[in-house]
Amino acid sequence: MTREIAVVAFAQTDHRRTSAELSEVEMLMPVLHEVLDETGLKTADIDFTCSGSSDYLAGRAFSFTLALDGVGAWPPISESHVEMDGAWALYEAWTKLLTGEADTALVYSYGKSSPGSVRDVLTRQLDPYYVAPLWPDAVSLAALQAQALIDGGVTDEPALAAVGARSRSDAGANSHAQLRGSVPQGEYAVRPLRTGDCPPVGDGAAAVILAAGERARSLCARPAWIRGIDHRIEAHGLGVRDLTDSPSARLAAERAGAFERPVDTAELHAPFSSQEVVLRRALRLDDSVRVNPSGGALAANPVMAAGLIRIGEAAAGIHRGESDRALAHATSGPCLQQNLVAVLEGDPR
Amino acid sequence: MSKEPVAVVGIGQTKHVAARRDVSIAGLVREAAQRALDDAELTWADIEAVVIGKAPDFFEGVMMPELYLADALGAVGKPMLRVHTAGSVGGSTALVAANLVAARVHGTVLTLAFEKQSESNAMWGLSLPIPFQQPLLAGAGGFFAPHVRAYMRRTGAPDTVGSLVAYKDRRNALKNPYAHLHEHDLTLERVQASPMLWDPIRYSETCPSSDGACAMVLTDRAGAARAPRPPAWMLGGAMRSEPTLFAGKDFVSPQAGKDCAADVYRQAGIADPRRDIDAVEMYVPFSWYEPMWLENLGFAAEGEGWKLTEAGVTELDGDLPVNMSGGVLSANPIGASGMIRFAEAALQVRGQAGEHQVEGARRVLGHAYGGGSQFFSMWLVGSQRPDS
Repeated sequence: MTREIAVVAFAQTDHRRTSAELSEVEMLMPVLHEVLDETGLKTADIDFTCSGSSDYLAGRAFSFTLALDGVGAWPPISESHVEMDGAWALYEAWTKLLTGEADTALVYSYGKSSPGSVRDVLTRQLDPYYVAPLWPDAVSLAALQAQALIDGGVTDEPALAAVGARSRSDAGANSHAQLRGSVPQGEYAVRPLRTGDCPPVGDGAAAVILAAGERARSLCARPAWIRGIDHRIEAHGLGVRDLTDSPSARLAAERAGAFERPVDTAELHAPFSSQEVVLRRALRLDDSVRVNPSGGALAANPVMAAGLIRIGEAAAGIHRGESDRALAHATSGPCLQQNLVAVLEGDPR
Repeated sequence: MSKEPVAVVGIGQTKHVAARRDVSIAGLVREAAQRALDDAELTWADIEAVVIGKAPDFFEGVMMPELYLADALGAVGKPMLRVHTAGSVGGSTALVAANLVAARVHGTVLTLAFEKQSESNAMWGLSLPIPFQQPLLAGAGGFFAPHVRAYMRRTGAPDTVGSLVAYKDRRNALKNPYAHLHEHDLTLERVQASPMLWDPIRYSETCPSSDGACAMVLTDRAGAARAPRPPAWMLGGAMRSEPTLFAGKDFVSPQAGKDCAADVYRQAGIADPRRDIDAVEMYVPFSWYEPMWLENLGFAAEGEGWKLTEAGVTELDGDLPVNMSGGVLSANPIGASGMIRFAEAALQVRGQAGEHQVEGARRVLGHAYGGGSQFFSMWLVGSQRPDS
């Protein structure tokens, strides 16, 4: 019998273009307090803690160690860290809860893109011998993917513009979002992508609390049960991938049980409008599904936290009773190389 | 609910050296992974997920290298997780992989950790200046030397103990074909005459900078039943963390290390580690950490660790051999060093450790720590299945 595990609390910062006056720890602390306060738990009540972040954003080795000091790891805690988006930290925590060694877990992630040029920083993710020395940036790589979609007749520029406009219009209801309301589609960033097809660059943090079984019910009126969660990676070389498709997202969704019954809501980590097009097809999301009611990554994309925020937003919709079955997705790497899908459900009403 | 027992059925390492200029990062990790698969007599298709770890990305200058390494590690179409918990990462990575099996999420998992230090300079990678933060004082040695001095002052240990550890580990390394340092002409006198780097730590009492990778295949009961060679069974595993800098921290014997060991012993039913555990692979990057960790891990009373070392208890033919492989002092591909400890512990209980095998080793502890002694990961492996 598999253990039932749920997201019982979620908090995020107001995502901003720059937070120069705050250290990463100062940015993170209010969010940690918020999820703990939401559940009434204290640090000492948490059985397992896991975080996600990247040294390259901070510009220093072991950047996560100071965040741990902020968590208040005393007496010592059972704790781990992934150098990935926080969605994968949540996956590790979910695994830990499944083993029965922990009943509650705190998951958090954060990223400050403002100290450097995230467009340049992300080029350091690429094959270090053959690709990274050319400094192809994330927008240019996404533009290759967008052009492949247009060439394949899958979408066109007006359709992409509509994705951006819908996202930022929906973000009007999300006080945490960075870009909200009517935002002009703008000039070309890299053809065929305009600034409106690209995510804002910003700083932010997020935190989630997971709990198992009855513990979850005692901490949350309507827990968001994780019915399935899976992640898959694809080849790194863009030349060996069909950029108009996302087989890894499809497989992760299948393994997470996403196709067993329809979802009412999907939170997709699609930093570029064109990537939403790819994901909608791979995840078989038709127009009956509300996609990114939070505004998604086009409204706020704090690198390393944006994926965890998708899970948090999907869960929060269930907590509020606005959703009964939601799909949450996170991505990593160039052109959707790695994808995670979680299926969340509330108890029947 | 019960956990699935976890078995180590495949182990692979590279020969650790100062610089592997003949291979890329991908080539390095592939070599270790292929050896682990060969040991388990499995193919890439048998692997359901890959869990990879390494110490900071700045050491090679590749951000989130798991993305680039997906192809080399046969991970395409599979789940791939990247763990980073500072110097303890090799151990933590193995534990995250083990949890995938224990939770019955996957049946057979490849876990791997690496560092290719020749791609950069770890000393400077650790010394990037950050505003408003305490600098790490020129690499790790500058950070740890005062804590070694504190240990000596606290326990009254004679200043010869560190050199005994270094001499022992380097001699053990001669029996381990994968160790980086093979110093055939080393004598105790030479260790003691080597230059003082960070008082009281001498040159020959420090770890080298190595390129290397270590991989293991972890599997469930069914996988273990098919394994061609005896599996090592995980009897207990735990991670613990504490803050880096705060007034209550005991840098000589951190509470997180004690708690982590206690958790492992509880899981494994170990009442008296000194009696119930046959050998230890512990993370000793500077020689004095052997007596310090002997106390922290409960093998000696507080202030008594150095006496075990001095009496020869931790020698390869001693009553409690420590670092049979030569340890971190003889090979330190940082991100991999913790996993090497875990893997060497498993080799011992499988009876596969070759010339540095401890006769009759049935329960062996693998230990790793990281950062400013604030991250710990450990596992205890045994030759008998825990539920058998």
